[in-house]
Parts: sequence; C-alpha cells; structure tokens
Amino acid sequence: MCHAGARFIALRITDRKADNSRLPSADPRAGPGTAGHRAITLRRCKTIPLYALLVRYGFRKHATYVWATVAGAFTNSVFGILRAYILIALWQARPGLAGYDVTQAVTFCFITQACIGPMQLFGTGLTIPERIRSGDIALDLVRPASLQLWSLAEDLGRAAYLFFARGIPPMLLGAALFGIAHPAEPGQWLAFLAGFLAGVIVSFAWRYLVALSVCWLIDDRGVGAFSLVLTTLFSGMLLPLSLFPGILGDLARALPWAAMVQAPTDLYLGKAPVLETLAFQGCWAAVLLAAGALGTRAIRHKVVIQGG
Amino acid sequence: MVSAYFRLAWTWTRAAMAYPASFALMSVLGLIVAGTDVAVILIIFANTTSLAGFSRAETLFLYGTANVAFCLCDMFVSNIDRISQHVKAGTFDTMLIRPVSTWIQMAADRFLPTRIGRVLQAALVLGYSISALDLDSGRLWMIPVMITTGAVIFAALWTLAGAVQFVLTDASEVTNAFTYGSGQLTQYPFAIYGRELVRGVTYGLPLAFVNWQPALYVLDRDDPFGTPGFMRFLGPVAALVLALLAGFAWRLGIRHYRSTGS
Repeated sequence: MCHAGARFIALRITDRKADNSRLPSADPRAGPGTAGHRAITLRRCKTIPLYALLVRYGFRKHATYVWATVAGAFTNSVFGILRAYILIALWQARPGLAGYDVTQAVTFCFITQACIGPMQLFGTGLTIPERIRSGDIALDLVRPASLQLWSLAEDLGRAAYLFFARGIPPMLLGAALFGIAHPAEPGQWLAFLAGFLAGVIVSFAWRYLVALSVCWLIDDRGVGAFSLVLTTLFSGMLLPLSLFPGILGDLARALPWAAMVQAPTDLYLGKAPVLETLAFQGCWAAVLLAAGALGTRAIRHKVVIQGG
Repeated sequence: MVSAYFRLAWTWTRAAMAYPASFALMSVLGLIVAGTDVAVILIIFANTTSLAGFSRAETLFLYGTANVAFCLCDMFVSNIDRISQHVKAGTFDTMLIRPVSTWIQMAADRFLPTRIGRVLQAALVLGYSISALDLDSGRLWMIPVMITTGAVIFAALWTLAGAVQFVLTDASEVTNAFTYGSGQLTQYPFAIYGRELVRGVTYGLPLAFVNWQPALYVLDRDDPFGTPGFMRFLGPVAALVLALLAGFAWRLGIRHYRSTGS
C-alpha cells in the first residue's frame, strides 16, 4: 500500500500517462462510445474516494521531507519568539489593548506562526504556475476531474501535515517559554479547528487564483509579491487586525485575508462569535472558490485556443 | 577579487534586464514588501507613544541603521543562501574549478540589482528618523561606523549560514532563523527582549553591536540592561572576530564538501 502510494507520486511527476488502475483514465483519446469513455463516466461517480486519496497523497508527499519540515518549524518558532517580545512590550505599554491581555497577545503571535505552514502565507505552495509555463497544465485539464478540486484535495493533505509538523511545535515552545492561553471547553476547540480548516480553504482559494493568473501574466513573481504583501499585512499575520487604525482596520477585517489568520485565532481565544465568524469565512471561501472555478473554465478555453 | 565580483554581478544584472517590465515591477514590489516592516512599526506606534521606553523616531532610527546594513548584505552577500541548492544539483563542482574564489562566486550568484529598492527604503527611514530626532552632531560620526559594522556582521552571518549548509543540506531553512531572524531582531530596541536573549546576542552572537550598542551612544541613552559605556565602541572588534570565524567556517565547509558526482 505504502509502496504503491510512493510509486503513484513518482509516476505523476515523471510519466503522466502511466497506468494506475485506481485513478480515472487521463487519456484524451478516450472518446464517446469507447470503452475508455464508459470507464470514465463510471468512475466519475466515485470521485469522493479519489479526492480522499489525493488528500492522503498530499499529506504523504510532504511527510517525505522530514528535515526540511523540522527546519521550518524551528525557524517559525524563532520568529515567534522575536515577535512575541514585540507584542509583550506593546501590551505592557497598553494593557488590554484590542481586548486581549498579554497572554492572549502572545498566544495570538504563536498561532499566527503556526498558520504560516498550513496556510502558506509566504508563497503559493502550488505547482500550477510552473505547470502553466511548461505546458503540462494541458494534461491536468484533460483529466476527468476538476483541476480546482484536485489541487484543493492535495493542498488539504499538505496543510494537514504541516499543521502537525510546523503548527504544533511553535505553539508548544510558546507555551513553554511564555505561557499561552488555551480554549477552556471542547466546543471552543471544535470552533477553532473548524475555523482553521475554513482558513486553509480560503487561503487555498486565494492562492489558486494567484496561480491561475500566470496563464495571462506568464511571470508569477510580480503578482506573487503583491499577494505576499496583502496576505502578511491583512491576514493578521504581522499584527492583530484590531490594532489597525480607523478605516484601515475596518477594511482589513472585512477582506478575505482576515478569514485566514485573524478569524481562527479569534475563535481559539474565544474573542469572536463562532457562527458569525464561520459564516464570514464560508462566504469568502465560496466567493473565491467560485471565482477560481470561473478562472479554471477560462484557462481551459485559453489553453484550447493556444492549441495546448 | 572585487572586480571579479562586479563582473559577475553585472552579468546577472544584464540577465535580469532582459525582461525590463518584470525588472521594473520587481524593484517597486521589493520596496513595498520591505515597507510592510515599517508599516508594522507605524501601526504599533499608532497604538502607543513609547515601546519599552523608546519613542517612534528612536525605533525608526534603530530600524533604519540595522536595515541599511541588512539590505546591503541581502543584496550583495545573501545569495550564498543558495548553496544547498547548488550542492544538491551538483553545480557547485563547476564553481570549484573556476579561477575565482568560491565565496565571491556564491555571493554574486544570481545577483538581483532590484534589491537596491530595499536599501533605499531603509535609507529613507533612517534619513527621516535623523531629521526627527535632534541628535548631538558630535556623535553623528558613529552612524557610518555602525552601518559598516552591521554590514560586516550580517555578511559574516550569511557566510556562516552558507558554511553550515554544507552539512545541513536538507535543512537549509534553519539558517534563515539566524540570518533573517537577526534582521528582524535588530529592527527593535533591545529593551523589549528578555534579559537572557539580550545577553546571548551581546556576548554570544554579537548582534547587539549591529545597532543597539552604538545607537545608545548616538541617542545618548543609558543601557536599560546596565552594560558599561565602553561597550558602545566595541562593534568593529566584534565584527572583526565574527568575520574571522566565518571565514574559518567557510574554509572548513569547502573542505567538508563532497560532490554528488552528477
């Protein structure tokens, strides 16, 4: 089982047309009426297991790089400590600022560090830009599965692994060095986990849009840097959004990036109404995923016009 | 050596200029990305007038001095960071047989002139803070000294990070905690940090001499941690010691290097 999984990953990278009986055929020659076509339509009904499999593969693919993950967790923790001191100094000057006490501010800082890996706050974490440039995207698009859902499934697997590997260590270190707050009741934990999952989905939906833009812009560095600024500043990753002055704060709290870090953190700290926060995240997830679905349709046409 | 560096850097500059639109965009965006750090400081001081006893202008002075040095190194030396990729790809072998020092080649590797935007941004913040601060003009001589000291310390740190990557090829991100982490650490007055951490970055890794100790002299302030006055002037010595150590480590790393054979 394990070997088959590793083989599948290797094959996906090296040989797209490799036969794998557990996945729907990606052969574009499978026209209507052929046996291949019937096989596809049959297997289409079984897409849920396919995506579950992709989540697992996404998890395992990243679990391969153990030392890189340890290094990432270490770096996230160091930055967590440095940023915690800044927030401690600020809360010593202004106790109770933004409705947090010092411990909650420190907790905020370490949760944001834990979000970096799972929500890929510093980069796209998707291979779509490279695949668009190399033309491999044409193969992704002829698959009888949605490119968006396929990527989402893999990304959820990746996020799940990084949540454990790069999310938990900074939190534990923060708890050991400074002491951090934790939810009092199981309901609050559940709300946090739901909010975190929603945050990962919103983050994916945004990164997917950024990645698709390469189809029109060719170079993804410009839009990538643009996304980096928006994400780090408006997600609450650098500072809690409630510290932003005046209209800037109101705007930041309404934008989709607030659904990534600020919303799950507030759910963890019990500082936000659960249902409203989850609804806010759900709305942005729906809007961005819908835009991504439209974008997928658009690039399908574009690729066809270009001749693949 | 210097001419070899600039010839390599010019080659990479011409390569980057082949895409003029992307080049212009990257310069502007580099400036904006660097600007987020200033935005954080400004937002903090929109909520308070003093951070651990330091005012907004004083914090911006610390940010400016540290970041001019840091961004200069980020532009001219930080490319050494890419060494683990070269080791993994086997391209480091070609550098060893060229008649130029490996350190020079690595430092100039994929040199990005667009990073000058960040240096300018830091210099602008520094200029603003000096004009806002009413400093004793007899102490201003320290500013160029501290920027040079800081640049040497950061360059040494990046060299150490490169040397470590010969061993930790798969875990190269660890070194970011020390290079970029140091850049982050020196942006704020050390008074906000814990006593043990400050002791560590004064007597262990000499980050306190990048800007904190000399800035206390320029700003004419006492050290909240009570270090004696002569420490304000020890920066160049600390930078020299660290640079020698880094050079030694780099040689050791090169000797440790085993080709992948590809």
